[in-house]
Order: sequence, then structure tokens, then C-alpha cells
Amino acid sequence: METLGHLAHGFSVAFTPVNLMWCLLGTTLGTAIGVLPGLGPALTIALLLPITYQVAPEASFILFAGIYYGAMYGGSTTSILLNTPGESATIVTALEGNKMARSGRGGAALATSAIGSFVAGTIGTLGVAFLAPVVVKFALAFGPAEYFSLMVLAFITVSAVLGSSSVRGLTSLFAGFVIGMIGVDLQTGQPRFTFGMTELLDGVDVIIAAVGLFAVGETLYMASRRYAGKDEIVPLKGSLYMTAAEWGRSWKAWLRGAAIGFPIGAMPAGGAEIPTFLSYAIEKKLSKHKQEFGTVGAIEGVAGPEAANNASAAGVLVPMLTLGLPTSATAAIMLSAFQSYGINPGPLLLTTQANLVWGLIASLFIANVILVILNLPLIGLWVRLLKIPAPQLYAGILVFATVGTYGISQSPIDLVILYLLGAAGFLMRRFDFPTAPVIIGMILGPLAETQFRRAMTISNGDWSVFYTHKLSLTLLTLAFIGLAGPHIWAFIVHRRRRGPEHVPGDA
Amino acid sequence: MSTINQPAAPWRLAVPELLIGIGLLACAGAVAWQTLAIPVSPLYSKVGPTVFPYITMAGMVVLSLLLILAALRGGWQPEEEKETPTDWKAMGFVVAGLVANLALIQPLGFTAASVIMFVLVCYGFGSRHTLRDALTGLILALAAYFGFARALGVNIGAGFIENQLNTVIDAFTSTLGG
Repeated sequence: METLGHLAHGFSVAFTPVNLMWCLLGTTLGTAIGVLPGLGPALTIALLLPITYQVAPEASFILFAGIYYGAMYGGSTTSILLNTPGESATIVTALEGNKMARSGRGGAALATSAIGSFVAGTIGTLGVAFLAPVVVKFALAFGPAEYFSLMVLAFITVSAVLGSSSVRGLTSLFAGFVIGMIGVDLQTGQPRFTFGMTELLDGVDVIIAAVGLFAVGETLYMASRRYAGKDEIVPLKGSLYMTAAEWGRSWKAWLRGAAIGFPIGAMPAGGAEIPTFLSYAIEKKLSKHKQEFGTVGAIEGVAGPEAANNASAAGVLVPMLTLGLPTSATAAIMLSAFQSYGINPGPLLLTTQANLVWGLIASLFIANVILVILNLPLIGLWVRLLKIPAPQLYAGILVFATVGTYGISQSPIDLVILYLLGAAGFLMRRFDFPTAPVIIGMILGPLAETQFRRAMTISNGDWSVFYTHKLSLTLLTLAFIGLAGPHIWAFIVHRRRRGPEHVPGDA
Repeated sequence: MSTINQPAAPWRLAVPELLIGIGLLACAGAVAWQTLAIPVSPLYSKVGPTVFPYITMAGMVVLSLLLILAALRGGWQPEEEKETPTDWKAMGFVVAGLVANLALIQPLGFTAASVIMFVLVCYGFGSRHTLRDALTGLILALAAYFGFARALGVNIGAGFIENQLNTVIDAFTSTLGG
């Protein structure tokens, strides 16, 4: 009941004309960058971070949240019509969605993904509104040791569990730690990792890191891969209205997708890819039309994963707002926006910044409504956006990358760092290292260090705080299981199948 | 993985992956060097500013050894990625564009440097309409300068193009005002 009162207040914040305009701007921009391959919400929000110096926190977070949700909607359009996933979370949508588009049912695929996104996004946002106060009650009992252990768990899940290789994921994470430590140590005032350069004393700006990895790295990668086959746009065919049979096959998949996506997103593990894969597997198993999967395209295979992806995107906001724990690159950059306002996300955020949090949650409901309108009746507009040729698109991305980086302090050194990180981003993309853990490590690493040192100061240098506190021990145990469990499991399965002489390959 | 068909040759050395592993080891070395350079006050001897850097360094050493091991076992690149040759010429033009931007942004200003970068990157990606690209780049750079940068209150270096336009705009607004 209390939550409903807060929500009503939130709507009174979000329904002001100015904030509605920010929401409309964010959702439109978000859909556009979601549709365009090579541009994602993390990069876009990073480029727009300077806006935090100009407007009230409510306005910029409504804008950012609109971009975040919008990208999820827009990404599915690209997956369905181009077969190149616009976002990593829409990879699965491309599987069935593109098949549907090729067999002339692109309209229904777009409709089920947009309406499914709306349904799941609304359920997910409701979940945020009701779950956040509950998590806060838990989180108030957390001390520095528990926070540190929770962050360790999040580090392991975002880098090692959710990805193709735990070694490469952790490598990315540690690279992020190093970047995050560059600059003056806040507790002792000592410069670290500056290589004697005064330009590095302030640290590496998150804008530069995100733009370098996501824009410059991606552009270099796309340039290097011009010999790879090109995907063509499937012209939009078929009515955008779904038949009764299609509705019947979609609605259960939406609800199941939302039920899978939200809890996984809300756990301090995050990641929107895993729930989409899970949902796809479940829909394939439950479907009465198995022969359509992978051939002409099954509508459940679009509806479920799309719903899962949007619900988990909403779920990610729970640890972000209540614990200050970002579990995706986009959430990490939003966290740095909080820092830029001098706001510390954590259990107290809901009470100290009630206007901001509830206004933000209310604006997410509004964003969902705007997005379903933007993405169904106005779909033709976004299809046209797909026709921007690659040369001009990537050259344009680099122009905006320059604006975002050079604008920070008009220093060519920043551009040098940008290009170095771009080169690193290219190598990471080329050799299958995930880039999101870099951003998460860079933002969350220093926070984990602060909690670690705080815990150690309180315990007078006694390491046992991390395993004598029950909650902390549980979290660390979970982290260890997350890291070692899959390997042990694979080893056991391997031995059983192949006999003991075979050495398991790398992860 | 795809090694099932070739059970023999478990020690196919993957050179690029090996270089990445060694590179990471070198990075760990740089981290160690920079950590040793942090002056530690004896007051903070318990958990000073060097504890986390040392943990990070240790992690990087372990990870780089695991990467080197994986490289010795044949690397981890998917076949598809290996079979697609790298388009060095396209990359070269993109890099040239980036370097030109870096070198020219101070002497010529943001817009002029951006146009040159835009043209080079477009050429690298296979566009052969250089004049049209230059015009597109100019419009985009001006839009970025006057729209994006001004709206966000970001100050980007003005060169002769921006100064000329600013004078024109100032003259225009003053005649309107007068």
C-alpha cells in the first residue's frame, strides 16, 4: 500500500510537461540507437553524461531510463529485419524473428516483440516498485564486509558466469579495475598508476572508457571485418496486426518470459542475455509448433525472449537503485551519473531521494506506453533508419565520439587515451573478450575497494570479518560456486562420458 | 568445441592468443611497477592504497598464465573469425582518420578536423563519393558542434570554421536586435 502512495507521488513528478518531454526524447533517442547497429545505450548515455551539469537529476535520469528502455525495443527491430542483433540482449530474437521476416511474417514478429516488451516491461517496472522497498529493508543490515562480499559476487557473475569464458571475462574485469584505480586514491591522496603524468591524476573519465571501447573499438572491428558476409534488410511484409492464433501463442510466452527475466535481472548477477536464452529454450520445449522453430520462424521464440529481455532490463534497476550495484555496462554508467550529482545509490536512496526514485519508476511506465506507440504505428520510420549506409554511420559515430571526449577538457591527451582504449576494444572484440566487465570493474572496483578498506579498518586489519559474518560468508561461498561450480560440473560430466584420460579443454 | 574431429595435435600453438597472454603479463608487470611507486605512509600500513593494486596484479598474473596455457592448446578463436581475413586497408584508413583528427583538432578546430576524419573513415569503409562525404561530414560536424555541444554546455575547440560562423551568427543576431 505504501508503494502505491509512493508511485502516485512518482507520477506527479513524471507527469510534468518538462519531464514528459525528457521521457519522449529519451525513448525516441533510445529506439533510434537501439535500431542502429554499432550504437548502444551504454555508449549513448556516456556521451550524454555532461547533461548532468545542466539539468535536475530527475530530468536526466528520466532521459537515461528512456534511452535504456528504448534501446531494448529498438534492438529487436534490427534483429528481426536485419538478422544483426542491434543489442546483445536481442541475439535470440534474431533466431526466430529473422526467419519469420523471411517467410513474410515480419509484421507479426515486430508486433509480438513490441507488445511483449510492453507487457514484460510493465510487469518488470511493477516488480521494481514493489521489490525495491523490500530489498532496502534487507540492505540496511549490510555492513562494509557484506557490501564487499556482495560486490565480489556481482563481479564473478557479470564476468565469469555469464559469458563464453570465465578467464576472458575476468581478464576484462581486472582491466577495468586497473583503469578504475588510475588517479588520486581518495583515502590517502596518493596518486596511483599515473605513470608520472599530471593529466592522469583525475583518473580516466568513464565517458572516455565507454566511448573508446564501444565506439572506437567497434568501428575498428567493423572496418577489419569487411570481408565477412553482409546482412541484407528484409523488407517489412505482413500486417502489423496479429491474428487471434498469434495472440494466443504469444501471451503465455510473454508472461513466462517476464517471469524468467525479472528475477534474473534483479539478482545481483544481472545480464539480459541469459534470461533470453533460457526463455527461448523453454518456449521451444513447450511449443506445439516445434517444426516452425529454425525453419519459418515460431512466434513464441520471439515473444518469450523479447519479454524476458525487457523484464530483466527492468530487474537490473533493483540492485542499482537499492544497493548501488550496477550489473550491466549501462547501469554502471548510470551509477556514475548518480556520482556526478553527488548522490550515492544505496539503501537510503529511496528515502533521501524519493522524488528522484519514484519519479524515475513512474516515468518508466510512461516510457513503456510511449515506446509501444513509437515502435508499432511508427515502425516505418525506424526501418528507414536501418538504411543508413555503414561508411557514413561509423564515420558519424567517430565524430560524436570526438565531441564527447574532446569536450571534457579540450585535451588531446584525452583523445590519445580514447584511441588506446579503442585499440584495446578492437582486440577484445576480435578475440572474444567481453567489454561490459571493463566498465563495471572500472566503476564498481573503486567502490569495492572503499568497502574493503572500511571493513578492514573497522576490524583493525583482521581478515576474518569476511568469513565470520554469516551473510558475508554466504555471499562469498555463492561467488566461489559461481566461479568453480561450472568447471567442476563439466569435469565430472566429462569424466563420466569420455573416461578419465581425457584432459578437459579451456573454458 | 570444434576439436572433436582432430583428436591429435593437442599442442597447436596459437600465436595471436599467445601474444595477448604475454601482453597481459606485461600489463601485470606495469601494474607491479606502478604499485611499487606508490609511497605508503606507515600510518596506513594495514590496508593502504597498495593492497588492492597488489590483489589486481596477482589476479592478472594468474589470468595471463591461463590465457597463455589456452593459447598453447590451440587458442580460443572460433573458426569463422579465423577464416575471415582482416581488412588491413580499411582499418588503415580508419586509423589514419583518427590520427588526422588528433593532429588537426588543435590547429584547425573541431569541425575541420572532423570533416577530414569523416572522409577518411568513409573511404576506408568503401565509400567512393568523397565530395558528398565531405559535405555530409561538414553538416554532421556543424550539427554536433552547434546542437549537441552547445545544448550540453560542452566546450569544444573552435577553429576557423566555427569562428567564421560565430561571427556571422553574432552579426546576424545583432542586426536583428538593432
